[in-house]
Amino acid sequence: MAVEISVAGARGAFRRVRLACAGLLLALVVTAPYLVMLFTAAKPVGELRASPPRLTPVAWHWDTFVDVLRDPGFQSWLRVSLSVALASTALVVLAAVPAAYYTARHRFRGRTAFLFLVLVTQMFSPTALVVGLHREFFELGLINTYAALILTNAAFNLAFAIWILRAFFASIPREIEDAAAVDGCGRLRVLVRIVLPLSLPGVVTAGIFAFIAAWNEYIVALTLMTDPDKRPLTVGITSYVTAYVQHWNSLFAASIITIVPVVVLFALIERHLVGGLTAGSVK
Amino acid sequence: MWLGPSLALIGAVVAYPAALLIRASLSQYSVTGLYQGSVGLRNYARLLRQEALTTVVANTLVWVTVIVMVTLMLSLGLAQFLDKSFPGRRLVRWALIVPWAASLIMTSKLFVWIYDYYFGILNPMLQSLGVLHHPVDWLGDDSTVMGAMITVGIFVSLPFTTYVLLAGLQAIPADVFEAARVDGASAWRTYRSVTFPLLRPALLVAAVLNIIYVFNSFPIVWTLNDRNPGFGHDTMITYMYKIAFKSSLRDVGLAAALGVVNVLLILLAVLVYLRSVRWRAQEA
Repeated sequence: MAVEISVAGARGAFRRVRLACAGLLLALVVTAPYLVMLFTAAKPVGELRASPPRLTPVAWHWDTFVDVLRDPGFQSWLRVSLSVALASTALVVLAAVPAAYYTARHRFRGRTAFLFLVLVTQMFSPTALVVGLHREFFELGLINTYAALILTNAAFNLAFAIWILRAFFASIPREIEDAAAVDGCGRLRVLVRIVLPLSLPGVVTAGIFAFIAAWNEYIVALTLMTDPDKRPLTVGITSYVTAYVQHWNSLFAASIITIVPVVVLFALIERHLVGGLTAGSVK
Repeated sequence: MWLGPSLALIGAVVAYPAALLIRASLSQYSVTGLYQGSVGLRNYARLLRQEALTTVVANTLVWVTVIVMVTLMLSLGLAQFLDKSFPGRRLVRWALIVPWAASLIMTSKLFVWIYDYYFGILNPMLQSLGVLHHPVDWLGDDSTVMGAMITVGIFVSLPFTTYVLLAGLQAIPADVFEAARVDGASAWRTYRSVTFPLLRPALLVAAVLNIIYVFNSFPIVWTLNDRNPGFGHDTMITYMYKIAFKSSLRDVGLAAALGVVNVLLILLAVLVYLRSVRWRAQEA
């Protein structure tokens, strides 16, 4: 590479620098609102209502993050969000693995119908059905129960998990499974002992996606969890800013604590997102 | 049964509430939510007589069309840019993930703050750039609130769309471009005659999925339009929610009727989607 120091090479290097600068600018523009979030969270209360408003704090006040973490309200919302997201993730994986495996390996009557049903659930967010969902849980007496939230999150995130897992299962050569079957493994044991370990990245991807979706879910929690003690983060933190109190710094400190982990998780599964969301129609 | 757990989940939390939604649209309920009997199609007739309906439908049309169109155009450029190799490309991809991964409600609250008339950073920024001479009450002024909400809608739709189009671009084999270069095609000509036609399937998928997502979007309008009374800036989704759950109305039957209309519209979009990707179970 270093041998050829030609005009063309210099021009190529110049072009790469220009692209990198444009990239940096783009990254800055996209994240700029979240920088405002960070700066606001780091402002002491007195600076929130400064006129004219400043972008950055005069005195950086990181204590708000500590205060939020110590706030019993925040701790409760965090506990609810974590429990609901983990439980619905477990449910998604448990339901999706057998369905994905079976549809990847077998052709049977109703297979198309089943996959169509799964696709439709993916297109429907709980938002469109929220009035029906509320009726259901109201009539069953399940308003303000975690079960309602967990089940809803699991059902609507099943599709992504099934698509991702199917792709992983289908990529495993049949011969490996046949060999195991010859050695006397039942179908379930083949799945658990051979197929699942080989498609662990798929399981992790499906799990992470289900977790993030449940973690970020808002409308169902807003509708079903009327008891303030049972609210998850998305609904809970809005109580930092109401008509009566305006703790914008706490709201944004809490938001940043909520957002950072899922951005990291999302970055981990970035490569698989498009495939799972477009159900194999775009390569 | 291998499909049992999935079927049970879908049946219990998707199909059953859908059935309840239809039943609710044909029934009457008390303000506390108790069933008071069937009323036939009366809720639908009432829905058509709602004064706000025309405004809400028009808002929804503007909301979906503008966001999807602008998002697609911007994403085409972004995807083209991210398809090139340069140092720091991973950084840009990660930055683009942030608005996608962040909870929509938190992003919406953030923009309420940025747009704020007194304390938001947007007004002083635009004033110092000379774009504005006086601060604007973005979310309080009837003429700006829709535009302000649409901007946020575009902002959060960009990542997904760009990623889909980028995947589409990367699926185009390199030798196609090589052939175009050998034939002496200019960059613009190559884009128009080679890249764009090959990108059309991805573009179609991105368009239809975005139409569904944007139509279904709730937190942005719900949060940014929070201060304004009435239904002047609501979409069909937030209008439905307000009818069903906002304290003064609580009209389950009417909301359910609108809910059924919304569901039918989404179903229609799903069918268009399936046609456009020529969906077959074997491929999925």
